[in-house]
Amino acid sequence: MQDDRPSMTVTTPTPSLAERAATATPATLARSIRGLSDRAIAWLFITPTILLLLAINIFPLIWTIQLSFTNYRANRPNAPVIDVGLQHYQDILTSPDVWASMQVTARFVIATIVIQTILGFMLAWLIDKKWRGHGFWTTVILLPMMLSPAVVGNFWTFLYQPQIGLFNYVVSFFTGIPPSSFQMLGDVTLSPWAIVLVDSWMWTPYVMLICLAGLRSIPDYIYEAAEVDRASKWRQFWTITLPMALPFIMLAVLFRAIENFKMFDMVNLLTGGGPGSTTEVASITLKREAFEKWRTGYSSAFAIILFVTVFGLANIYVKALNKVKAR
Amino acid sequence: MNKIATALAALGVSLALTGQASAQGKTITLCWAAWDPANALVELSKDFTAKTGVNMKFEFVPWPNYADRMLNELNSKGKLCDLLIGDSQWIGGSAENGHYIKLNDFFAKEGIKIDDFMPATVTGYAEWPKGTPNYWALPAMGDALGWTYRKDWFADAKNQADFKAKYNRDLAVPKSQTELKQIAEFFQGREIGGKKVYGAAIFTERGSEGITMGVNNALYPFGFDYQDPKKPYAMEGFVNGPGAVAGLEFYKSLFKCCTPPGYTNAYMQEGLDAFKSGQVAMMMNWFAFFPGLHKDPNVGGDKIGFFVNPGEGSRKGSQLGGQGISVVSYSPNRNESLQYIKWFASPDVQKKWWALGGYTCHKSVLNDPGFPKTAPFAADFLVAMGEVKDFWAEPSYAPLLLAMQKRIHDYVVADQGTAKGALDALIADWTKVFKEDGKVK
Repeated sequence: MQDDRPSMTVTTPTPSLAERAATATPATLARSIRGLSDRAIAWLFITPTILLLLAINIFPLIWTIQLSFTNYRANRPNAPVIDVGLQHYQDILTSPDVWASMQVTARFVIATIVIQTILGFMLAWLIDKKWRGHGFWTTVILLPMMLSPAVVGNFWTFLYQPQIGLFNYVVSFFTGIPPSSFQMLGDVTLSPWAIVLVDSWMWTPYVMLICLAGLRSIPDYIYEAAEVDRASKWRQFWTITLPMALPFIMLAVLFRAIENFKMFDMVNLLTGGGPGSTTEVASITLKREAFEKWRTGYSSAFAIILFVTVFGLANIYVKALNKVKAR
Repeated sequence: MNKIATALAALGVSLALTGQASAQGKTITLCWAAWDPANALVELSKDFTAKTGVNMKFEFVPWPNYADRMLNELNSKGKLCDLLIGDSQWIGGSAENGHYIKLNDFFAKEGIKIDDFMPATVTGYAEWPKGTPNYWALPAMGDALGWTYRKDWFADAKNQADFKAKYNRDLAVPKSQTELKQIAEFFQGREIGGKKVYGAAIFTERGSEGITMGVNNALYPFGFDYQDPKKPYAMEGFVNGPGAVAGLEFYKSLFKCCTPPGYTNAYMQEGLDAFKSGQVAMMMNWFAFFPGLHKDPNVGGDKIGFFVNPGEGSRKGSQLGGQGISVVSYSPNRNESLQYIKWFASPDVQKKWWALGGYTCHKSVLNDPGFPKTAPFAADFLVAMGEVKDFWAEPSYAPLLLAMQKRIHDYVVADQGTAKGALDALIADWTKVFKEDGKVK
């Protein structure tokens, strides 16, 4: 005899994560949390982070500001600390050496940004075409930015070596100039470009990645509509690709500008600021004042000036970026 | 009475034994630069451990990072080093900031006579303020900036003939800075053994102290002085006098005419590399490296010669190198560290120190009539140490040094401005530092 009754399956519902957490919470703790408002619980969770932030960011910043008005030197703990007011700020802003290093920094930032943005966008545009083997080449292009700047600085020092360095031999091969007849790191004219070249080699892939994200975010239907309207590729690029990718490009420029404004490691390894002071960027000057001359008060003032400069410029730039995004 | 004396003697012996026992098994750390003499010191210190039971640990830092690393250690009152062989220029700062312990009482108690050491090394490595009997270190490693040359290239008949035809004198160790440059010019670009060689390896390093040490070897013989001997910190006419300007111009011309390609940021190691690889006819470097170079299988032995930094006219001068050994005031092992100093100061240990490749400063070794023949560079070392000059050893030595590094590198390597302009700017920088220190008004 066949049983026509529908079969029934009894399933025990799996407790959700929240329910499991509630079960695991000791009763006393659960009771006290239950009495808290949502805002209080939110504060409870973010307090450790805020404390950490205060300890490692805000407190040093306030202390640095305070030190910048004194003659304090970290290597002379027994010397009396005298309040010097705005003297350090005045000295820094009227020092020809500081202005020289700021100009070196500005030239370095502008040159690297222009090169990296153009190259990065071009590479992203090529990779976006999804040609055969593009995945492999993307990985190859990304390799330099995965290396440590210390490693990059050291091996480019060898590459640039005029007698045994590969770079000079490659230039010699293509131009016929004897390899030992020029020196990338020791020449006043060439050394800034030597650093720009290494920085661009390392960080163009980073700009490329951000631009690629921008290009991939443009919906295909816009191009399809343009095709229907018989817009040329050139016009599509200027009226669709570039404007829609612009916020991403501007973001990449912002990141690279901030990074290169405080560039230290690679310049230090490649030239140490030389020859003479040709490549002495602001961060190298700051390091010398703070940790070699031990003028802690003076270098604190210098650090504050650099911080305000970067912060101010970045804010102006972010406002411009928001305007572009809003269009 | 006898019983009391016996009891006191027994107590004394037991206390002495207890002291010995407490030292046994302890470990002290000695900090220095990583270079050839440091290896000799490791070897030498085995005798100290065998004698006292105190183990030795060593912290050696490469020269380019040595000052940064060790001064940071001292400034942070670190306990890494019990003993520190610190550079001569650190003595002022280390004494005034309380990093080193003063050794006068210890010397007096242990019968260590500072007069047993060569006067230049006592002034350079141990005294602060200079010229006063306040000792913060025991002279440990005498050193000066000298020269090596390729004896085999100098002796070569063709080189001799060509040189004589050009300069009308034998190709020999230079007697003046001018002769040194002529020899460097002669070898620059010359083919030797089918290879292009260069004149001289000199110091041009920007980051630490390289170009300052190098240029001083030219400035001193040409007439540079740090200050008016009669009026401390008065630098006008001494730092930028005609002799100093000529010396700086000379160093730049030597750099431009006669160094290997790419030699714009070179210090001791780059010099050693250039010399050992047979690239240069002459090399400026510290005497400390000469024992190792003499033993080098490729360029050592009969192929290498040594000479003291040549004078110019009647003036002579070599840059002082070398270091004294100090006890770090933050060390928890002060007694054992002092024990090491006492042991190290003994004439027998100093004799062995020289034999192993360290440069003793002890007169008992240096004044021995046989000393000049103990090594091919021994006689030159004595001469050089008799005419050394040192950079400022003020507590503010670092800003003073960095200012000179910048001004000299800007002029010599980066081709900016004039020699007079560079030295004038240097006086302005130094005056600013001394003003901040309250040394000048």
